[in-house]
Amino acid sequence: MSCNRRDFMRGGLGGAAAAAACATLGASPAEARENKKVPGNAIGLLYDSTLCIGCKACMSACKTTNELPLDDNVGGKLWDTPFELSGKTYTVIKVYQDGTSVNKDQVKDGFAHIKRQCLHCIDPSCVSVCPVKAMTKNPETGIVSYNADACIGCRYCVAACPFHVPQFQYDTPFPRIAKCQLCKEELAKGDIPACAKVCPTGATLFGSYNALSKEIERRKDMKPGEANVFPRRTVDSGDTYERAAAHYTEEVYGAKALGGTQVRYLAGVPFDKFDLPVGLPERSYASQSESMQEALYSGLTVPAAAFAGLMLAAYFGTKNLHDDEEG
Amino acid sequence: MTDIPIRPSIRRRHEAIGGKLVSRLTIALSLLVGIALFFLYQRFVYGLGAVTNINNGYPWGIWVVWDVIIATGFACGGYAMALLVYILNRGEFHPMIRSALTASVFGYSLGGLSVLIDLGRYWNFWHILSPSYFNPGSVMFEVAACITLYIVVLWIEWFPTFLEWLGTRGIQKAFERMLFVFIGLGVLLPSMHQSSLGSLLIAMGYQVHPLWQTPFLPILFLMTALCMGYAVVIFEATLAAVGFARDVREELPLLEKLGKVVASVLLMFMVLRFADIIDRGQTGRLTEGNLQTAMFWIETVLFAFPIAAFSFGSGQSRMSRLFPAAASMLAGAVLYRIDAFLVAYNSPTHWHYFPSAPEILVTLGVIAIEVLAYIVFVKKFPILPGHEYR
Ligand code: SF4
Ligand code: SF4
Ligand code: SF4
Repeated sequence: MSCNRRDFMRGGLGGAAAAAACATLGASPAEARENKKVPGNAIGLLYDSTLCIGCKACMSACKTTNELPLDDNVGGKLWDTPFELSGKTYTVIKVYQDGTSVNKDQVKDGFAHIKRQCLHCIDPSCVSVCPVKAMTKNPETGIVSYNADACIGCRYCVAACPFHVPQFQYDTPFPRIAKCQLCKEELAKGDIPACAKVCPTGATLFGSYNALSKEIERRKDMKPGEANVFPRRTVDSGDTYERAAAHYTEEVYGAKALGGTQVRYLAGVPFDKFDLPVGLPERSYASQSESMQEALYSGLTVPAAAFAGLMLAAYFGTKNLHDDEEG
Repeated sequence: MTDIPIRPSIRRRHEAIGGKLVSRLTIALSLLVGIALFFLYQRFVYGLGAVTNINNGYPWGIWVVWDVIIATGFACGGYAMALLVYILNRGEFHPMIRSALTASVFGYSLGGLSVLIDLGRYWNFWHILSPSYFNPGSVMFEVAACITLYIVVLWIEWFPTFLEWLGTRGIQKAFERMLFVFIGLGVLLPSMHQSSLGSLLIAMGYQVHPLWQTPFLPILFLMTALCMGYAVVIFEATLAAVGFARDVREELPLLEKLGKVVASVLLMFMVLRFADIIDRGQTGRLTEGNLQTAMFWIETVLFAFPIAAFSFGSGQSRMSRLFPAAASMLAGAVLYRIDAFLVAYNSPTHWHYFPSAPEILVTLGVIAIEVLAYIVFVKKFPILPGHEYR
């Protein structure tokens, strides 16, 4: 006899059970879950690249507040010089430069700053992929926290974060994931995130998600060059100053992509200039991945049914194992 | 059609091949294990960065991609053969199941242990099995929990071999009567986690190249797992024939049939893969002049060869192609998994990854342990098909 495809897929109890198992595993996500929604009391940050002067006060304050070590990358132990987020650095100010780098917030011969940190996604990939709930999103504030006591160090969050934020510590036998947690300890004390607190121009601004949304709209409506009032520290701190509004690009970074983020950016140059991913779909990857898992494993009904079939087939298969020559 | 009751026949069907354990090969393998242990010591004292080249752009290196994702694929022989013998009722393959199962026991056990080497916070590993930490939406949770369970199931499935060696026939009989539960699990669990290995990539979205990133990843991974399982059986049987100077002429017709199974599943894999690429409107990617496109075509050629070699020709000519075809199939599957997780993974430009020498030596050490264990076991326990069973 020959064991060709027809034989392989051939009927019988076992064949049917195996086919059922295969079919369900290949099933398209039936009840796709939607993107998560912004939590009721969501808070966040607005980073306005056009206001940032690149003083790096936020970086320094972040290190002090979170008790992070210096990250010297130029040698000579001169000063804290992180090039990117790292196991020692939760936030870093980077700069886009072109040609002579003299025009602030312009693409040609210009320069522009960007603040890298966790964006506190509304539907975070890191929370979705973590096998042991070491990454969690606060249902009230939306802060995405990391719990080292739960973490097994699999680094799935590092691989899956669409913004390359979580940083694993490769240089220690007792590593953790390093990531901004929006200064949750400061918030618990009634204070605000350290980076927003020290920012001299209000480029990093703390506030409720909704208040920041309004502030974003207000700035987008400003006429470039016209004098306007800008708040410092928090949206409603009352600590304001006047300056000429810059020209903003169309995109608000974090407004919609992958379900949106609670830390959002405004800038004068397109965001791909900062090496940030752009053109991302609106549906979150977390919802895609979880829909797939739900369709296959929700309530373990599919595996249980497949198991019953397989067990039955194996019962007869082992009991009456025979050479069949009729195929 | 003859009914051969399974239990009385087992004695005749499997035999220990005996022979000395110390040989040039086993000494070389032990040496590799020693080297690996040295680097593992460094890894646990100084951290992962002291030994590996993984970084925050490529957080998963070969200790994940080879030691777990590929090694468990290689260890799918037991799963694939159990599906064929017990579920699809192809009793003719029964004599081959034990050696396949033995290879799977070691492949998966070592894969499981390698996870502990790679986990940054390995002392928390038990969280995977503790309900208060469960995150059922996480593919990694499914993979980790499912593989852990399957390792236990594999050892249970293998246990009768040990009982037979002990000579406790009564216990062995009783044990085998309840084995169907574990055989059921032994087919279910790999179906789950082998497909999930593909699902791991779905959450990575745009970071995985569109020639690999697809909602069909789970089914594609499952298909390659099955093919790897059968191809490994063919590969090992032909290799054991050389290594242990065994006469495998009687097994050849069976191996040939396995080859046909591989060819059919692989054909479905290829059709699905290309149909999906067309459906997603990514055909343009097939003709780009970059590394990813080149790798995609190398995979395709490595898969196409076994489809042809296993399907066409007859008798002697086909048999002589068994080994190269199985090897090509395995190489294709290895590349498919490496590509999906590393070559197709697009990290910010300033990050690069290529495994360091110590990293590779640790992986070689793990493979050496596996081969050593297999050699010891087939020499001491009744595992390989005996030849008088006809
Ligand atoms: S930016 Fe990355 S680390 Fe931060 S919440 Fe989103 S997915 Fe998580
Ligand atoms: S490294 Fe830790 S926090 Fe990140 S996914 Fe793994 S267990 Fe979760
Ligand atoms: S919110 Fe706190 S932890 Fe996050 S970047 Fe600002 S200072 Fe650092």
